[in-house]
Amino acid sequence: MMPTALPFWCSFALALCAAPLLPGIINRVKAKFAGRQGKPVLQLYYDLAKLLRKGAVISTSTTWVFAAGPVLSLATVFVALPLLPLGGFASPFAFQGDFLLAAYVLGLGRFFLILAALDTGSAFEGMGASREAAYAALAEPALFLCFLTLAGLGADEHIALHLSLSTMFTGTPSLAWLEARPEVLLLPLVLFLLLLVENCRIPIDDPNTHLELTMIHEVMVLDHSGPDLAFIHYAAALKLWFFSALLAGIVVPAIFSNPWVQLAVNSAAIAAVAVLVGVTESIMARVRLPRIAQLLGGAGALAALALMLTLIR
Amino acid sequence: MATVLQIAIILLLLGNFAMLTANRLEPRIRLVSFQGALLAALLLLVPQQGANLMHNLLLAGAIVLIKVIGFPLLLHRTLHKVGLASHSAVRGSGHKYAVISGMCCLIFALWLETRLPFAQEIYPPLFFPAALATLFSGLIMVVGRMRALGQVLGYLVAENGIFLLSMPLMMESSTWFELSLLLDVFVAVFVMGIAINYISETFESIDVGRFCSLRD
Amino acid sequence: MVLLLLLLLPLAGGTAMLFASSFTLRALLLMAVALGHNICSLLTTRQTLLAAGDPAHAAPVALGGVLCPDVLGLVFLCLASALFTAASCYAIGYLRDEDAKAPVRRHFQDGSSFTNAPQQRFLACLCFFLAAMSLVTTTQHLGALWVGIEVTTLTSAPLIYFHRHKEALEATWKYLMICSVGIALALLGNVLFSIAFYPEAPQDHNQMLYYISHATKAQPAWLKAAFIFLLVGFGTKMGLAPLHNWLPDAHSQAPSLVSALLSGALLNCAFLGILRGHQVLNAAGLGEFSSGLLVFFGLLSMLTAALFIVGQGHYKRLLAYSSVEHMGILALGVGLGGAAVYGAMLHAVCHSLTKCMLFLLAGNVLTHYHTLSSYDVRGMRWTMPITACLWAGGFLAITGSPPFGLFVSEFSILQHIFTTERYFVGAAYLVLLAVIFVGMSIPFLRMVQGVTPPATPPAFKETVFNVGPCAVLGLLIVTLGLYMPPWLDSFLRQAAHLAGE
Repeated sequence: MMPTALPFWCSFALALCAAPLLPGIINRVKAKFAGRQGKPVLQLYYDLAKLLRKGAVISTSTTWVFAAGPVLSLATVFVALPLLPLGGFASPFAFQGDFLLAAYVLGLGRFFLILAALDTGSAFEGMGASREAAYAALAEPALFLCFLTLAGLGADEHIALHLSLSTMFTGTPSLAWLEARPEVLLLPLVLFLLLLVENCRIPIDDPNTHLELTMIHEVMVLDHSGPDLAFIHYAAALKLWFFSALLAGIVVPAIFSNPWVQLAVNSAAIAAVAVLVGVTESIMARVRLPRIAQLLGGAGALAALALMLTLIR
Repeated sequence: MATVLQIAIILLLLGNFAMLTANRLEPRIRLVSFQGALLAALLLLVPQQGANLMHNLLLAGAIVLIKVIGFPLLLHRTLHKVGLASHSAVRGSGHKYAVISGMCCLIFALWLETRLPFAQEIYPPLFFPAALATLFSGLIMVVGRMRALGQVLGYLVAENGIFLLSMPLMMESSTWFELSLLLDVFVAVFVMGIAINYISETFESIDVGRFCSLRD
Repeated sequence: MVLLLLLLLPLAGGTAMLFASSFTLRALLLMAVALGHNICSLLTTRQTLLAAGDPAHAAPVALGGVLCPDVLGLVFLCLASALFTAASCYAIGYLRDEDAKAPVRRHFQDGSSFTNAPQQRFLACLCFFLAAMSLVTTTQHLGALWVGIEVTTLTSAPLIYFHRHKEALEATWKYLMICSVGIALALLGNVLFSIAFYPEAPQDHNQMLYYISHATKAQPAWLKAAFIFLLVGFGTKMGLAPLHNWLPDAHSQAPSLVSALLSGALLNCAFLGILRGHQVLNAAGLGEFSSGLLVFFGLLSMLTAALFIVGQGHYKRLLAYSSVEHMGILALGVGLGGAAVYGAMLHAVCHSLTKCMLFLLAGNVLTHYHTLSSYDVRGMRWTMPITACLWAGGFLAITGSPPFGLFVSEFSILQHIFTTERYFVGAAYLVLLAVIFVGMSIPFLRMVQGVTPPATPPAFKETVFNVGPCAVLGLLIVTLGLYMPPWLDSFLRQAAHLAGE
């Protein structure tokens, strides 16, 4: 068991170490687009180190829920991440239906973060929490439609464990479109939009804005400080890695015999996704809040179309 | 070849939905012209029983000439004459319903293909539902759009859907008919364009919702 | 050659019309086209009938077989030709009067100003319209039939928008849009026919011959679907309820001579499209399916027309709804089969002649009284006696009273209903006819009787042009009611035989 799982654990370790690199890459790309020098790529590592060294200021009006939020959000990402076929290698934890566990464990983390935000009793944080909950609810159907489409592909080819993330995202879809299944090409599009939504990137949410009224995610974590804030940033980076890995799992075909080449190609794909996010953020403006629902509806419709076309074959 | 055909079909479906969601006329005109290009491509890709390459090339050329170049020119000219290019606020929120009904129509078309005897023999996979969905989206656009030009676009899309359905059945001898059909549709759009000019002059808008003086 | 002239003559005439600058020239050209077309259509009919009776004669064929008339189409061709002649006689007088009026005029309803479309263009479109109808009635190729019907829509839309005011524009747009989309569905019907016969397909242009002779090998499900689409598509153009919405608008806003042609000739052409589908289904042994649909939509149209005729205050809309009713009777007659098909053929002829006459007369009334409301028209018998006389006669004729032709046709349909013991259909048919009779009698008789309103403009001059064609048409319908010439009888019987007697 162990030797075959070794590449997977290496990729997991890589994810844990390299995840804070992704926001750095995005910021670099944005800076280049704007003609600036930009922050160092490793900026988030410095921030995390600084925050972990500091003490936390906790408002007297809060309860234990406030302190539990960041911890749980980080813990849930830790649980969800190994369920993915990281680096293109099937997860040792794979089982039928693990996509449900992964999605809802992430949802649990978000739930506690929202509770923590509500616990502060601040109007701004309540507003952010309500938006976060609303858009997460809208994004969920689209995500599941994507999963089901991929599961349908696997079911057609009678693959065991076709309801597992490890089968869905290990390169089968990247070849399926060549076999007269072009609807699969819709999925990266939908997943990319979901990545933007789930990770609060432009054009859905602007992570760098200074106006609380327009924020979604950032306003929710205003009251956290010190190690708590570090946990939240780290969890956000890991989540970005999670979604980028989903995209990479669709796009990168599993055709490499050498596992280390496979791992390298996959990691490169994840970095490419980060670059793509940076480009998107640079060339697009934030959309108005009511339009986010329409965007998500459109993503859901595309995913539904893909699912229908897959099922009808 | 089959993959390219399938990709073209998917593009056709996506184009339909984009047309149903687009709320300004200019992008929709571009989408209709894009659909014309897809039509020409599909004509050359779809396996036909009585195929004749020369005739198909001739017909594809005519399609490109009329649907890809002719219609957008004609419609853009009308649009600029009418003066709606700059401000194109659309009242109501019919697009949601348009997309949802487009979705329902696609599901219906997919279901219908499984029910109809030997549709699978004539049409490549996914072709029949895509063509039928195109026809339906055209009809949705005719019914749902409040502006005269939008209705013309809907008519064109519906016509494209029917053309698609007839594509695998085309014979050598039917080329003249398809050509005259193209010419016919072109004249129809031309006449409609003239009518739209008069409508905008007389009603100072091309909002068909203002047509309410004739009733019982 | 003669067959080709049917198409070329109006086309050439229409093109020449665009360049004819003087009114006299245009009038002469129009009469030449009308007379030439009449002669050609009669010659074609003679040739076809001779060829049908005696194989030694060659049947007329042109354009590589695209034009290949049969008796069924010829009935409608001759009707179109005759009505075009009547309408063009009327047009000469009408356009001369329009010319004499001020170029910018006041609309008599809301007072807004409007102009007329240029006469050259109007007359050219009129000629092209005739060419399109000739194509529809002489072809056996369903695609060419479709193209012809679409061209009739495109050429008649400018005719409706002759008076360039808001209402006419609204009517034109509705007509253009509803009919174009409807006919697009009929095209889908054509495609479905090709699917039904797949993988076989006709090798020459006589599609009807091929379809009828190979009908039993076709897929019944696809044939049925094709007929439904043909019925919906051409039914829209024909004005079958519930797709008749454009019809009252277009007929009421078009100049009267155009309404006469639309109602008398164009609706028949659309009906021919449905009949072609019915022929194929009959040959495939699916006649019951198409007949059922035709009977249902026929009765529905009659019902709709009856509902809108009662209390209708707008006399041109009244006539338009009456057209919906009569189209319903045509569909019903063909749907019932047997002897009723002959009745339907006769009905088509008589209805076209009568409705054309009534619309032309309505034009006279409108010219004189400047109103479309039947409440404001009084005392026609004093101000325009010949028109009033023909108007009252036309009312009796259109509601199917003896001694007019429509009585004979409606009665033969009724007779067939009762010999086949379809009592419910018979009861509905009779009740609806009675309601329509009452509904139409009130406005018609009120318009003829009474005292002329004081504001009416001075006396109306009844000339050869504005009452002549009407009088001739009136004479024809009385004659058809009293005496049926044997040649016409056999002609119609052959047509009825083709339409599934």
